[in-house]
Amino acid sequence: MSKISLRGLRHSYLDNPANDADWALKSMDLDWRDGGAYALLGPSGCGKTTLLNIISGLVVPSEGQVLFGDQDVTKMPTDQRNIAQVFQFPVVYDTMTVYDNLAFPLRNRGFAEDDIDVRVRETAQTLDLEKTLFNRASGLTADSKQKISLGRGLIRPDVNAILFDEPLTVIDPHLKWVLRSKLKEIHRQVGSTMIYVTHDQTEALTFADKVVVIHDGTVVQIGTPIELFEKPKHTFVGHFIGSPGMNLLPCELNNGVPLFAGQVVETENGIHSPQECQNLEIGVRPEFVSLSESGIPVKVVNVSDTGPHRIVDTRHGDVRIKLLITEDESIPADNVHITFDPAHTQIYADGWLVSEASK
Amino acid sequence: MSLEFKNIVKRVDSETHIYATDLKIEDGGFNILLGTTLSGKTTLLHLMAGLDKPTSGELWFNGKNVTGVPAQKRNVSMVHQQFINYPNFTVFENIASPLRISRMPSPEINSRVQKVSELLKLTPLLQRNPSELSGGQQQRTALARALVKDADLVLLDEPLANLDFKLREELRDELPRIFGDRHCTVVYATSEPSEALLLGGHTATLHEGRVTQFGETSKIYRHPKDLQSAKVFSDPPINSAKIEKQGGTFTLNEAISWPVLEKHNTMRDGTYTVGIRPHHISTLAGSENMTSIKGKVVTTEFSGSESTVHFGVGDQTWVSQSRGIHPIEIGATTDFYLDISRCLYFDTNNELVSL
Amino acid sequence: MSRKTTNQKAWLFVLPVVVLVAFNALIPLMTVVNYSVQETFGNNVFFFEGVKWFEEVLHSERFHASLLRQLTFTSIILIIEIPLGVAIALTMPRKGPWVSVCLVLMALPLLIPWNVVGAMWNIFALPDIGLLGKTLNSMGFDYDYTQQPLSAWFTVILMDVWHWTSLVVLLAYAGVSSIPEAYYQAAKIDGASSWAIIRYIELPKMKRVLTIAILLRFMDSFMIYTEPFVLTGGGPGNTTTFLSIDLVKIALGQFDLGPAAAMSLIYFMIILLLCWLFYTLMMKDEEK
Repeated sequence: MSKISLRGLRHSYLDNPANDADWALKSMDLDWRDGGAYALLGPSGCGKTTLLNIISGLVVPSEGQVLFGDQDVTKMPTDQRNIAQVFQFPVVYDTMTVYDNLAFPLRNRGFAEDDIDVRVRETAQTLDLEKTLFNRASGLTADSKQKISLGRGLIRPDVNAILFDEPLTVIDPHLKWVLRSKLKEIHRQVGSTMIYVTHDQTEALTFADKVVVIHDGTVVQIGTPIELFEKPKHTFVGHFIGSPGMNLLPCELNNGVPLFAGQVVETENGIHSPQECQNLEIGVRPEFVSLSESGIPVKVVNVSDTGPHRIVDTRHGDVRIKLLITEDESIPADNVHITFDPAHTQIYADGWLVSEASK
Repeated sequence: MSLEFKNIVKRVDSETHIYATDLKIEDGGFNILLGTTLSGKTTLLHLMAGLDKPTSGELWFNGKNVTGVPAQKRNVSMVHQQFINYPNFTVFENIASPLRISRMPSPEINSRVQKVSELLKLTPLLQRNPSELSGGQQQRTALARALVKDADLVLLDEPLANLDFKLREELRDELPRIFGDRHCTVVYATSEPSEALLLGGHTATLHEGRVTQFGETSKIYRHPKDLQSAKVFSDPPINSAKIEKQGGTFTLNEAISWPVLEKHNTMRDGTYTVGIRPHHISTLAGSENMTSIKGKVVTTEFSGSESTVHFGVGDQTWVSQSRGIHPIEIGATTDFYLDISRCLYFDTNNELVSL
Repeated sequence: MSRKTTNQKAWLFVLPVVVLVAFNALIPLMTVVNYSVQETFGNNVFFFEGVKWFEEVLHSERFHASLLRQLTFTSIILIIEIPLGVAIALTMPRKGPWVSVCLVLMALPLLIPWNVVGAMWNIFALPDIGLLGKTLNSMGFDYDYTQQPLSAWFTVILMDVWHWTSLVVLLAYAGVSSIPEAYYQAAKIDGASSWAIIRYIELPKMKRVLTIAILLRFMDSFMIYTEPFVLTGGGPGNTTTFLSIDLVKIALGQFDLGPAAAMSLIYFMIILLLCWLFYTLMMKDEEK
């Protein structure tokens, strides 16, 4: 097992990429710690699957290097890389039993049958597949098939990393919870590096220790779920993570103090150098907006229930501000005001978080 | 407008897909069919559309028996999970296609398509082909086609399931507005409880070919008729366990018990099943109705705004969800706080004990 | 999920086909059944003979011989064409500009009428002037399909392989190209050899189309008439007289309508029986 590093990686599916838009991945330097649980999060078409396929060797990058430890594996074929991958749609070998499916990667690598038997049973136990071990794989439900796909990766003793490409797409919501917590449990038991590609922020944040947010072929931010949630470096991260996403309010500057709706807004970071004063926005998550007696006056447009809490959709003029309240909290009929939690209110210039260094 | 199922049964060969169902869907808002894969959502939609005929029973629409009437004669429109558009038509022609079939004059087609594409934010894309659109735009086109013919009944079969999370959020936000001032009955199938809650309206919970409950969405979420309905309408899954009521105490096992609240006093002593939603179990102590129970932490998930902890209770795993970030060591035994005023109690027939 | 609907009106749409099939197949078939149980001496005078012709045909050595030839021919054809077709399909490119070139080249032999194929090969294989025949002879093989049974069989089989393997290729190619990319990627990661990919992914996914290919090739080769008739006329001697050629000889050459009719029906039954057998055997796993 070893660290996986990407050095100056670029990739285009075209032979002669002419402009920026032709690159599916634009310049990437990343290190994946051995044994970490990572998520690659971004909208479809952002390049996250390309990145995953480069790591597994299914795609050779146009430029740059992939290193496993100190070894350059950029051009090494997939089957020699000790990588396992689970795909969006479950891949099982239809004609085989569950047992033979699990044994397949080991048999291909010439393991002894006794060894194989021990490992198959172990893996089946980890994944709760013991009952159907001798059934034909083709007749099983989607979640069992996905477990088999995962099992074929887990069973190999030599695996450097297990890659997941939106593995829960075809799974029913109530089973997603079960499978996801199973994955976390397995990660703790097995300790191999796991990289999980998804467009679903809940999946990314709940699975990973570190989330890599990708937008348009570039890494926008790498951080723990908490960092991404509390301190998005870019308004894209603010919007993409969290449901509903971060509120972004146009902001004016008066003697270096940010103003919204004519009122001073206290923020966690501050503006000092004037060159930063381009397209200023205040970012505050709905979780950190609360109803109050005074503050910014708003009009309630809609309230929707999510079960645990309610989303209140409000307007101040044309500006849309959403906030979350608990299921018991009541909303005043009129004269609604809101305030922001200063510790979780940030100021952004041209989409980027105004850095603390300039504070 | 109303749509009514009268004792409808659907069998294919010896397999029953829909057991005897009575259901009356009223105009206004969304009517949601909530259930897992193979629970019968799609079969119900096909019966409503007239793509399928019930084995027995009758289907009434606006006071008329339409049981044998085929889909073509019903003025229904349908949107599927997969993005279905004519690949060699432009967006405009795609939207206009149902009107062309009904031989509407061109000027009227133009004005109708313009109107509906504005509603769905498709105006700048009208001259493109579907292959040049993103998933969200393709599904908007499919929605526009369903809306343009002013159908009496619009059926949506998990229309957002194939979209990215954020696109799903965006379109879901718009749906109530899109359908807001239309006089049609909207039936929306989904497998996601949160989607049902956010769309509001009325919900029918489905389980293995049976409608287990039908009513106002937020009402049936908070007052499920029986354990099955509660399970269908819960994400993450509702925690449940057998408990014993004896005098003033509910006992789950030797270690876990809590007092009977005043409002539960009328319950007879005996065995019940308790159901409690994850967000009513917190890792933080709170109000007076909280009772603490001990559990062994199995996994934790932090989504930024919420901490989800899976923990062992007896031989089961329960889930707790609390706001904020509260790191807990895995494998540790800690206190969880149960809001006992929110507990749902089900009798031996798994029906909710009404209070 | 396949869910059936019942719709009585659908029968109306099927009606034209039913009428057409009745005229095309049922009525001629009944005529044959009629002939098969009667004896005639011309002038439209018929006598009822019961199952006499059937007994005669079933006991005739001539019938046994052509049936055996037919079965041998069909088996050889299937053994060659199916694996060859699958192999070609697997080596064809899956994407890029060559796909359409390959497909057109593959489809060409299928577009040529049977009798033209027969005539082409007739000339192509002539030992003195034909390209194939001349070449073989100049390479030292003693080859003459008009005189030697072995050469005749070789030519007939080669001709059929040339004409019909394309059909298997096209069907198998359709099956292979519908396999999602993820299967190949997963197999690479599992360290599967190329043979394992064929054995566990491509063949299972091709099973349905292969069933159709085998059935089609079986039926066609079992009923083959025009090509060998044009090429060898059933000779030399009777060595390439397959069932259908023999049948025509009896019916039209000798004008023995009764035995010919009985033979047709037995022929028909054999085909039905074998098709059913093939189908059930190959679909057996599918049910589980």
